[in-house]
Amino acid sequence: MKISQEEIKKIALLSRLEVKADHISTVEKELSDILSYVAELNELDLEGVEPMAHAVPLHNVFREDEEKPSLDHKLALSNAPEAEDGYFKVPRVVQE
Amino acid sequence: MATIHELHKRLVNKEISAVELTQAVISHKEKVEPTVHAYLSDSHERALASAKAVDEAIAKGEAISPLAGIPGAVKDNICIKDEPATCASKMLEHFIPPYNASVIEQLNNQGLVSLGKLNMDEFAMGGSTENSALAKTTNPWNADCVPGGSSGGSAAAVSSGSAIWALGSDTGGSIRQPASFCGVVGLKPTYGNVSRYGLIAFASSLDQIGPITRDVTDAALVLNAITGHDPKDSTSIPGARVDYTQSLVADVKNLKIGVPKEFFGEGLHGDVRKAMEEAIETYKKLGAEIVEVSLPNSKYALSAYYIIALAEASSNLARYDGVSYGLRVPADNLVEMATKTRTEGFGPEVQRRILLGTYVLSSGYYDAYYLKALKVRRLIKNEFDEAFSKVDLLLSPTAPNAAYKFGEKVNDPLAMYLEDICTVPANLAGIPGISIPAGMSSNNLPIGMQLLGPAMGEDVLLRAAFAFEQARPDCQLVAPTGEVSI
Amino acid sequence: MSSKYETVIGLEVHTELKTNSKIFCGCTTEFGGSQNTHVCPVCLGLPGAMPVLNKKVVEYAIKVGLALNCEILQFNKFDRKNYYYPDLPKNYQTSQYDLPICLNGYLDIEVEGETKRIGITRIHMEEDAGKLVHSGSTISDSNSSNVDYNRTGVPLLEIVSEPDLRSGAEAKAYVEKLRSILQYLDVSDGRMEEGSLRCDANVSVRLRGTEKFGTRTETKNVNSLTGIQKAIEYEALRQAQVLEDGGTVYQETRTWDDAQGITLAMRKKDAEDDYRYFPEPDLVPIVISEEEIDEARKNLPELPDAKIARFISDYGLSVTDSTILTASRKTADYLDATVKAGADAKTVSNWMLGDLSKMINENGLTFAESKVSPENLAGMISLIEKGTISGKIAKKVIISMWESGKDAETIVKEEGLVQITDTGAIEEIVKQVIANNPQPVADFKGGNGKAIGFLVGQVMKESKGRANPGMVNELLQKFLND
Repeated sequence: MKISQEEIKKIALLSRLEVKADHISTVEKELSDILSYVAELNELDLEGVEPMAHAVPLHNVFREDEEKPSLDHKLALSNAPEAEDGYFKVPRVVQE
Repeated sequence: MATIHELHKRLVNKEISAVELTQAVISHKEKVEPTVHAYLSDSHERALASAKAVDEAIAKGEAISPLAGIPGAVKDNICIKDEPATCASKMLEHFIPPYNASVIEQLNNQGLVSLGKLNMDEFAMGGSTENSALAKTTNPWNADCVPGGSSGGSAAAVSSGSAIWALGSDTGGSIRQPASFCGVVGLKPTYGNVSRYGLIAFASSLDQIGPITRDVTDAALVLNAITGHDPKDSTSIPGARVDYTQSLVADVKNLKIGVPKEFFGEGLHGDVRKAMEEAIETYKKLGAEIVEVSLPNSKYALSAYYIIALAEASSNLARYDGVSYGLRVPADNLVEMATKTRTEGFGPEVQRRILLGTYVLSSGYYDAYYLKALKVRRLIKNEFDEAFSKVDLLLSPTAPNAAYKFGEKVNDPLAMYLEDICTVPANLAGIPGISIPAGMSSNNLPIGMQLLGPAMGEDVLLRAAFAFEQARPDCQLVAPTGEVSI
Repeated sequence: MSSKYETVIGLEVHTELKTNSKIFCGCTTEFGGSQNTHVCPVCLGLPGAMPVLNKKVVEYAIKVGLALNCEILQFNKFDRKNYYYPDLPKNYQTSQYDLPICLNGYLDIEVEGETKRIGITRIHMEEDAGKLVHSGSTISDSNSSNVDYNRTGVPLLEIVSEPDLRSGAEAKAYVEKLRSILQYLDVSDGRMEEGSLRCDANVSVRLRGTEKFGTRTETKNVNSLTGIQKAIEYEALRQAQVLEDGGTVYQETRTWDDAQGITLAMRKKDAEDDYRYFPEPDLVPIVISEEEIDEARKNLPELPDAKIARFISDYGLSVTDSTILTASRKTADYLDATVKAGADAKTVSNWMLGDLSKMINENGLTFAESKVSPENLAGMISLIEKGTISGKIAKKVIISMWESGKDAETIVKEEGLVQITDTGAIEEIVKQVIANNPQPVADFKGGNGKAIGFLVGQVMKESKGRANPGMVNELLQKFLND
């Protein structure tokens, strides 16, 4: 299982991570090694096996439709890197 | 040895006050910390205030909880309101949660005295605590060696006596393996036994909070304090819990203990193998029946584990983008800001895992990796169910080796992942596991034995662990600097 | 060009549900509130916080599914949809992917007098995102934006139609009908202006007579019923023009600019559209029993189609009137309540569509808030039937009822509006009018039958509208023909 540099660029974009040009071949090797290892799962016949997404066999866990107090406004913004008029402030959304 | 149960007696008998006890542990902590570096932040003032409240309760003749006034500490991925929760990451270095994790709420009602937050691998990703971006924790048995991880700070603190007990979290062995490396007891509860609300997620379907303590009795006491159904955690198991101290009976006569041969593979160090053989002998002598069992699919557990854990991690860690909390590296636009923030805020292992997790979920690869891993997870779970229909417990090493030197594995990600071979199957299946000291290696480092039980079978685990501990005082060693004078 | 190309439309309608609390936490869903005050660790996506599903959301989703003739999936689950956007605090949306709560339904709409069946592909539950306030006038010319997470986590249903719609008018009719059903079920306000009902239109065009779908665009930000029709008509025309000019229609997201009446390209489909759905590990599956579904079906209110049928068969109303009177559940309920209070349905319908509608619309109210209660309207109709007041007087009475909230009988008594049915009294006035209006009398006698209308009017005027019009007519005829 080898991952291509093209694919690394794609997943880096999806992950919002920058893989520097001089580092990409290292990443390529590291990821490919791990992916080759986990490719051992291909040895197994998994036809008809039910996927298991949860470690507990629970279902229908609900809460009643009841209003609970929200966070104090100051506390809600207390970790904001930048706030303005009670909003979280962010730079421009659209790339130029 | 200063344990919760022993110190509780002294508190109740008024031989010592909680404030005195807290001060004693703090001064011991100040002695060992320059070498061990288990802590990322301190909360001594708060601890002393809590201890004072416990003393007042004792003075009024009120009954106090077993943990009340006994100084402990908390892994830095569990939220305590108004205290940092960094996950040992630059990303969250200045993050102060505005709320308490459910386990902290529970413990606060039982007189929690917490001395601070403990170091870990960044976002709990790693097995040596070398991935911490904020501190280097050493093994109290040998400062050249890693404490294990990811709850390395928790294990090192308890082992070095800078906390009497600690909370850790275990996603693929992160409580059991450092406990093994530091010669203490680490218990990973059944998935859903302890609330995850307020535990900063690495892999949500695998994570579980649990105790790291100096003996099995303390593990039962801490588990008692944090277990229970939590309506804030949809994956929390409903219903009442048993009193785990009731399991502290040194009797394994009618127990059937399975030894899965797949856990004793080639990579196993000779010292570890020897310690396990001796442990098996001990159990035989105690009257337990030992049978060899086979879990053929467990050899695929590591692959399934990494695919699932990294897929979930890639999504869980997407929220760290510099918008509303955590690090922000300013930039002209949002995409750039998130990219710069994440690239600077996350260490190399975290980035590697996010990339891999994104890859296995991405279009065209989901079926080949993620879906397959979920199916293998089912096979492994079925295999454990089958095994537990025949035996009460499974016995294995916790890790293939004792603690290793800094830098030995950290540069080889795959070799690092292979270290988790004995611990990850329990997380996939959601079953409980405990690591207890089972001897020393030839270079004087602790070796851990792992016991696995069926879901919600913590009582059986604790009983067998307690019996071993009683029968083998030779394994109950305290790290060179670990004896707290109180 | 419009005859050469056929428009193919599929709609994704997002509706906010009328619950008290958000889908995964206890924060209020109330609209408004100052920014970032309806937030908590869960909806802010703080590290460590975990979602717990609001039971009401599932109940509402089942209701909507049944009303839209869907199959309810007895095993359904939540998934994470992963993408980066600052209004999405976790950078994934908790939604449903391969096993949504409802599949395979349909909705019948009326277009040009014919019924057309529109397929519903699926309905799923998900969380709403927050709101971005841009520093500039548009997103593009803003150097910064401010984020408000109050709406984050408000429960949404996404209702996805098959590409069965063929015109902007059909799309409008579909959304109108869907909105009316949601309101009947009392699960949504359906207010497009406030964003509680939103619509994304997938539009493509193809040469008439061909099978293969053209490349579709997705138009977002349509927030009115007329906007839907206009946006689709514009987009279809635009695509046809592109094709006519030998160009290519790109698969892209576009936004509707209502002021300019055009759609604008936002972004093309690219690598970012890989959402990496996977099962939400923090939420467990939902299992719905056959009994629960049956129970929900039993408890469904009467829906517009059934109501129209009943109004026609039981009340003898026309198709047109029934359709108008059932468009809103509040209107239909008002009619039913007035009939129940003893009034004749046809008469009620006339008043509702006439004077009462006018007053309600002028005051910006709904029938549920009508200041003339169904009982009072029925009371007034009964006075007309008994001959106590005339239809003309009734028009005054209803205004007084609206203004005072009093019942008709009280008003008639207080204002002395009882109809004059005493022959002697009316004769007096008739004689007086004949005497005072020689010219119209002469016209009438000369063969101009219409002139009597003027004389009737004069008598009504003299009697302040209280004379029984039938008797006035009769007596005038009698005296003039003598």
